[in-house]
Amino acid sequence: MKVIGKPRRRVDGRAKVTGLTRFADDVVLPRMLHMKMLRSPHPHALIESIDVSRAAAYAGVHLVLTGKDFPASFGILPITQDEYPLAPEHVRYIGDPVAAVVARDEQTAGEALELIEVRYQPLDTISSPEEALAKPEPRLHAYSERGNIHRLQAFQFGDADAAIAQSDYVFEDLFFYEGNTHLPIEQHACVAALDADGKLALWSSTQVPHYVHRALARVLQMPASQIRVIATPNGGGFGGKCDVCNHEMVAGKAAMMLGRPVKICLTREEVFYMHRGRHPVLMKFRTGVSKDGKLTGMHLQTLVDGGAYGSYGVASTFYTGALQTVTYELPRYQFEAARVFTNKPPCGPKRGHGTPQPRFGQEIQLDKIAERLGKDPAELRLGMLVKPNSLTANWLKIGSIGLEQCIRAVVERSGWKQRFRKMGPGRGLGLACGSYLCGAGLPIYWNKMPQSGVQMLLDRSGQITVFCGATEIGQGSDDVLAAIVAEVLGVDPQEVRCITGDTGITPVDLGSYSSRVTVMMGNAAIQAAEKLKAMLAEAAAEELEVVPDRLQFANGHVSFDARSLTFAEAVVLAEVKFGTLGAVGSYSPPRAPGRYKGAGVGPSPAYSYSACVVEAEVDAATGWIRIPKIWIAHDIGRTINPVLARGQVEGSVYMGLSEALMEEQVFRRLPAKLSRALVHKFPSLLEYKSITSLDMPEVDTVLIEDPDPNCPFGAKEVGQGPLLPVMPAVANAIYDAVGVRIDELPITPDKVMRALELKAAGKPARVGPEHFPAVPYPAPIVVPPPWEGGDGKEAKRDDAAAVV
Amino acid sequence: MTRAEISLSVNGEPVEVTFAPYKTLLELLREDLALTGTKHGCELGECGACAVLIDGEPQLSCLLLALECAGRSVETVEGMAESWQSGAGLHPLQAAFADLGAAQCGYCTPGILLTAKALLAHEPEPSRERIQEAISGNLCRCTGYQQIVEAIEEGARRMADESHR
Repeated sequence: MKVIGKPRRRVDGRAKVTGLTRFADDVVLPRMLHMKMLRSPHPHALIESIDVSRAAAYAGVHLVLTGKDFPASFGILPITQDEYPLAPEHVRYIGDPVAAVVARDEQTAGEALELIEVRYQPLDTISSPEEALAKPEPRLHAYSERGNIHRLQAFQFGDADAAIAQSDYVFEDLFFYEGNTHLPIEQHACVAALDADGKLALWSSTQVPHYVHRALARVLQMPASQIRVIATPNGGGFGGKCDVCNHEMVAGKAAMMLGRPVKICLTREEVFYMHRGRHPVLMKFRTGVSKDGKLTGMHLQTLVDGGAYGSYGVASTFYTGALQTVTYELPRYQFEAARVFTNKPPCGPKRGHGTPQPRFGQEIQLDKIAERLGKDPAELRLGMLVKPNSLTANWLKIGSIGLEQCIRAVVERSGWKQRFRKMGPGRGLGLACGSYLCGAGLPIYWNKMPQSGVQMLLDRSGQITVFCGATEIGQGSDDVLAAIVAEVLGVDPQEVRCITGDTGITPVDLGSYSSRVTVMMGNAAIQAAEKLKAMLAEAAAEELEVVPDRLQFANGHVSFDARSLTFAEAVVLAEVKFGTLGAVGSYSPPRAPGRYKGAGVGPSPAYSYSACVVEAEVDAATGWIRIPKIWIAHDIGRTINPVLARGQVEGSVYMGLSEALMEEQVFRRLPAKLSRALVHKFPSLLEYKSITSLDMPEVDTVLIEDPDPNCPFGAKEVGQGPLLPVMPAVANAIYDAVGVRIDELPITPDKVMRALELKAAGKPARVGPEHFPAVPYPAPIVVPPPWEGGDGKEAKRDDAAAVV
Repeated sequence: MTRAEISLSVNGEPVEVTFAPYKTLLELLREDLALTGTKHGCELGECGACAVLIDGEPQLSCLLLALECAGRSVETVEGMAESWQSGAGLHPLQAAFADLGAAQCGYCTPGILLTAKALLAHEPEPSRERIQEAISGNLCRCTGYQQIVEAIEEGARRMADESHR
């Protein structure tokens, strides 16, 4: 291959280093006005009245909007359309927007916000999952499954409890993963404007322009054909720009009403309130293990703190259980989950979406199992890996799996065998693995259309233009698109012009989430490029008097031995022969074998795998943790551009390490004299700690190539999977260093000290959750696993009774 | 509102500009001079995205009033290539960042490029630790910093090579 696998400057590299990349807040239009939003200062309240008269009369103000201007709700999932652009009567978290001012400049809009008078009737606050379970009232949402329990899920794939009860060993562990946020350095921004024909255009820092487009049509009650959403390159996303946002809807409405462009850029504090980040999750793992180190069954319960709205939460909750089966052989599996509503900023998808939390628990528990069985943690895992081309207990189809090579690579390179459990006091190594999707198998709204479309144009100048709805969020999706087209057509990727993320001119792609872009867009791009290649070959073959199959497309030429045409010459011949040259490609994932209700979350065209070893140094006097080095190997299938792939792996390691050691989106109650409101503890970049260049250890990255047949040139995802093993590997390394188990994140020095004190007092040297509350999980959906004679469907009631 | 007026040098060119006196240098650059290459991540001096060079030294443009910059020399990312006699080309640091994956989303990149340029002006061959220290006030959420540090090392090498040529 000429392009795929070769290190290259990314196609948008020049723009990014010259300041020419045009982010949303860089969009400036003639006669543009500026918008600010007024947000609730109460975590939970009813709006009694809003008086905007003074704000509306303020000099320089063009428009004031409130909830009554927006009769229609929206939400990213069809089943949770529970948000309004501006809250009409009920605010559910500090930061819930209630009004907006559009003015000649930002300063004026901000001044006018202070003139809006809102009378609130405060309601009791639901501050934690325990409170949500205990207090059905005041209820955040009438549509919830019951009280403040948003959603309950329960599945049984074989009788896991019976299998566990009959096991040689039973492990029961509680884990807690604190919430944290994406913290993209670019704050969300958008500009809405009417174009010359009166249609609405919205430039926005969004990962999902197609979903924003659909939501605008619903909220503004106008035909979708009259709307165009342009995703500007995102200044970091990480899932934080995957949701449809209030400010996008309100700016769209304001531009429609005023006939002038309207811009809003959120402040950093507002980004913290908008959130949609990692759900805090409490987990209980009961796992059976045989003497020879095989898993016999697992029963996982999760309790998910959703915050104030649905967001992606129903899917996030499924993901706390869906991927427990894709790494290690698990013959029987029971999974129960609950998501609750609390008066905090809504949680949603962050890198790894719902799976880092249970991964943290599962991989620490495996470390405990290995110790109890007297086995090496790497060997234990190698002995239980899922087989390639197999089905899991919950009916997920596994294709390629390069995890064995990943484990062997990090074991070898870290000196694991010589150093694990032998490094002396205060120093240790920890190992963990992870797996992730290469794109969710189903779109978030049910349809049978392609999930990614690519359209290509060639013309006589030799230029190649590729259109796709995929969204460049920094991960390099434009570079992947250019590389794949360039590989097929035998040109330099810099010759390819990518036009992406514009719902007015690019074919639909569902967006940059669930690590779907390389696989879905890539397959569609190959299809389109191959069609054009066939046309070029046919035309060139006539000219060169050879059969088309024998032509080589490489280095900007179409040739057979010494007979050669430049690429542009071949295009001219094809344009003469066929007329205007264009082609389209589409991709839909293969149909998944699971047929039960809930089987839609978890399937993917392929799964990526990672293994990680972390070295830790822990100061027993202070609890201070230093991480000198991390080794990571990622099963990428095939590397498209090693420079970017390595960047995705290291960026994932960075974010995982930052979550492991310091990041937390937490809240505190103000004292009684200050309303007892539940406030964000530190909505600023200074106080919300994240790793800097000084804290970041050396990372040794290995890419394992085991091409997957469902993927373009075999290339799997790399943007999310490598985050997953990092957090548990840190916890396991700390145990190796000082012999204490920290079963919750983040792992901070105070927790280490508390555990060391317990250890010194002869008590169990563990800090973590002590109690799992009673959750009214429903009777499970019973689905026999493939090896118990199932067909992927829910067992009929009689069969279910027999199984139970 | 009374408008302020100052003269300053921006990317080597004399500029006279009138503006609302409450504006920061960041706002002046982005809103009044259309130099949107300088970014903002917090406008509170916490992220480093808005770093520019004032008389050659890195400063956070969100914490400086534009009025304080009268008579001073400001360099932004837009001026980097020209500052290296590259014309339409790239400054060696820019080229190294593009080649080695130091810019993923590219949002923190301008601030880090200028911070690195100032470091190399003082220390043409800095150690890895010095580079990490110099950019420790610039937050990047994409890269994990390793490729940025390597690109600064590579940029330093390329600057030395091109200077000796």
